[in-house]
Amino acid sequence: MNRTSRLVVLLVTVVVLGAVAVGATLHAAGRAARKDRAQAGGPAVTPGAVRLDDPHRAFFRNMAWGPHRDEITAVPAGRLSGPRTASGVRCLRFHAAAGTGICLEAVHGELRDSYRAVVLDRRLHALRRYDLAGTPTRARVSPSGRTVAWTVFVSGDSYAGTAFSTRTSVLDTRSWHLDANLETYALTVDGHRVHTADINVWGVTFADDTHFYATAATGGTTYLVRGDRTARTLRALHSNVECPSLSPDGTRIAYKKRVRGADPDAPWRLYVLDLRSLRETATGEHRNVDDQAVWRDGHTLVYSLPGDFGSDLWTVPADGTGAPHLLVSAALAPAFDR
Amino acid sequence: MYLADRRATPAAAVSGARPGRPPRAAVPATVLVLGTVSLITDISSEMVTAVLPLYLVAELGLSPLGFGLLDGVYNGVSALVRLIGGRASDRGRGGGHKTVAALGYGLSALCKPLLLMVHTLPLIGAVLAADRTGKGLRTAPRDALISLSCEPATRGRAFGVHRAMDTAGALLGPLVAFLVLRAAADGYDAVFTVSGCVAALGVAVLLLFVPGRARTSVTPRPDTAARPTVGSLLRRPAVRRLTGCAVLLGLTTVSDSFLYLTLQRRLGLSEAWFPLLPLGTAAAFLLLAVPLGALADRIGRRRLFLLGHLALLAAYGLLLAPLGGSTVLTCLVLALHGGFYASTDGVLAAATADAVPEEVRGSGLAVVQTGQAAARFGCSLAFGAAWTAWGDRWALGLATGGLALAAALSARLLRRVPAPAVPLSEPVT
Repeated sequence: MNRTSRLVVLLVTVVVLGAVAVGATLHAAGRAARKDRAQAGGPAVTPGAVRLDDPHRAFFRNMAWGPHRDEITAVPAGRLSGPRTASGVRCLRFHAAAGTGICLEAVHGELRDSYRAVVLDRRLHALRRYDLAGTPTRARVSPSGRTVAWTVFVSGDSYAGTAFSTRTSVLDTRSWHLDANLETYALTVDGHRVHTADINVWGVTFADDTHFYATAATGGTTYLVRGDRTARTLRALHSNVECPSLSPDGTRIAYKKRVRGADPDAPWRLYVLDLRSLRETATGEHRNVDDQAVWRDGHTLVYSLPGDFGSDLWTVPADGTGAPHLLVSAALAPAFDR
Repeated sequence: MYLADRRATPAAAVSGARPGRPPRAAVPATVLVLGTVSLITDISSEMVTAVLPLYLVAELGLSPLGFGLLDGVYNGVSALVRLIGGRASDRGRGGGHKTVAALGYGLSALCKPLLLMVHTLPLIGAVLAADRTGKGLRTAPRDALISLSCEPATRGRAFGVHRAMDTAGALLGPLVAFLVLRAAADGYDAVFTVSGCVAALGVAVLLLFVPGRARTSVTPRPDTAARPTVGSLLRRPAVRRLTGCAVLLGLTTVSDSFLYLTLQRRLGLSEAWFPLLPLGTAAAFLLLAVPLGALADRIGRRRLFLLGHLALLAAYGLLLAPLGGSTVLTCLVLALHGGFYASTDGVLAAATADAVPEEVRGSGLAVVQTGQAAARFGCSLAFGAAWTAWGDRWALGLATGGLALAAALSARLLRRVPAPAVPLSEPVT
């Protein structure tokens, strides 16, 4: 090929590839625009005042298409599929208890997006904001509403970096003391202090404002750990536990367990662990669950599964009986006053 | 073989820099083309890297934690592929470099549309591993092509130009991804498609404009008998010493992510600054790569390679010193870090080219680069362990001491190599 024909081939290549790239972007843009319009047959969403201390309401991130997508919405506590009141506060992850809310939000900047954790009061006004080092994944508020925790994924910026790690922070909303990284707590497994470099901690669930449970991973094993904020310790109680969620009476942990023989693409099942006997009970949900479940009351679990709008909320009894059923579609990150 | 080396100087370089002409000759077209290919390819790959965490967590709702566990395996596979790629590229009487490099770029380009089709962690991990394999495959033959297409006297600058273009692409990639996401909210599929198109363009530029045979002037040699093996490569004192130094210094080169973590902790930076730190290093690398490459041509590549590690040593020192946190200090550390890359990354390739005959250029580059990469991976493991056991200050203190020692040893080792990189005085073989 001579120089001219090479340039012609390059020009044709640029035009073809450019057309594909522009086409793909326009297609995605059109899809994004559709998501901003309410879907026929979708849930009724109206803007309005939302109060986190309203005992007759439950809250979640509205995933339904329309102008209020991603906003925290209130629904009747007894009928989650009922009309949604949108608060105007957009969150990727959310949790609330006793009138305190934690919202992990995206901040759209000029040159890049970043993330913040926002502590909300009962009227969903921001009290404080904290910059985050990565992508939000879990958020929890203690039963008293005083302490909040969040987990983000931090990724290395190396070429095609595949080394992800988590960073979990715990914040006292009265003194505003922040424990920025729970990996600095002393981790013990079987009574031995663990000194390896690969510790990751995620998925805090609070017992009270001092004690909590979480997942700690090291050496390829995940552990349920009991954390103490005063002593700054994490003590492993049980292995193969991820994303724990403590029952309202503090006796059981709902969690996702990596089960043997499962499809490696979908390895987690929803289990409940009795903290006294350490006996594991499989729930009636046999599909893969990748969520930190929430207790709706002392015997019912609520969790997210992928749905047509990103996520639906499902429910199953905690004692291993019964079958799962769809609670509400197009919803994520629920919070119930219990 | 020395004579063969000289005779084999590629046509492009000969026409660009005739004997007697000063070393400030124009950068050969092939180097600019390869720089363009790298720039385009880095835009493509950094687009994906920038959005991947968000895509996994926000779009797919996956927990990407398991990823880190396989890192060691990937690194091992990548090292092996790099060696094989370097070795294979030396075959084919000069056409092999382009072929293997094109395979590597092509494999990475194919991985982008594949990302659209896989939605589970193991498969995404496999695609990323294939992407990385492509990078491992292409690095050594590409650097061989650069070294073969320019006059030995200006190799440092040529590699500097290439690395600057490469880094410019890495800086542009996240920006392009952001613009796509700005145009189409949650348009990750669009990001991957655009990334795939950009990568394909890179392959097209490579195939169309990089000459197939760098050594057109060489009369075909009887192939297998003359070509030294990797073993005999390492028996050459110059190669052995250079590899030894790269490994020694690599063992005390703290990985970027650990350096940024230390920086953030020691200087008390807010979390929001964290994602910007690599940009600081890249900006300094971009600005300094060409001038420092040219400096390497003047004062000697091995010398600058060592001096670059002293810049890194200075950065460690600033982090250890009780200076408190300030923006100026952060910028200074990042400038030193970028300067370290600018005076070691392309410069090591140029120094390797000085020591390795053309017939095994790809293999030689692969050996040195693999040694360095493996040593740095080992350093990451050791640094992580030291960090957990004794804290960041001690870990960095140990790395600083180790680096000072390694630099001193390397200075002794490299001084004994005859004839530093003065123009036209390659080590006689």
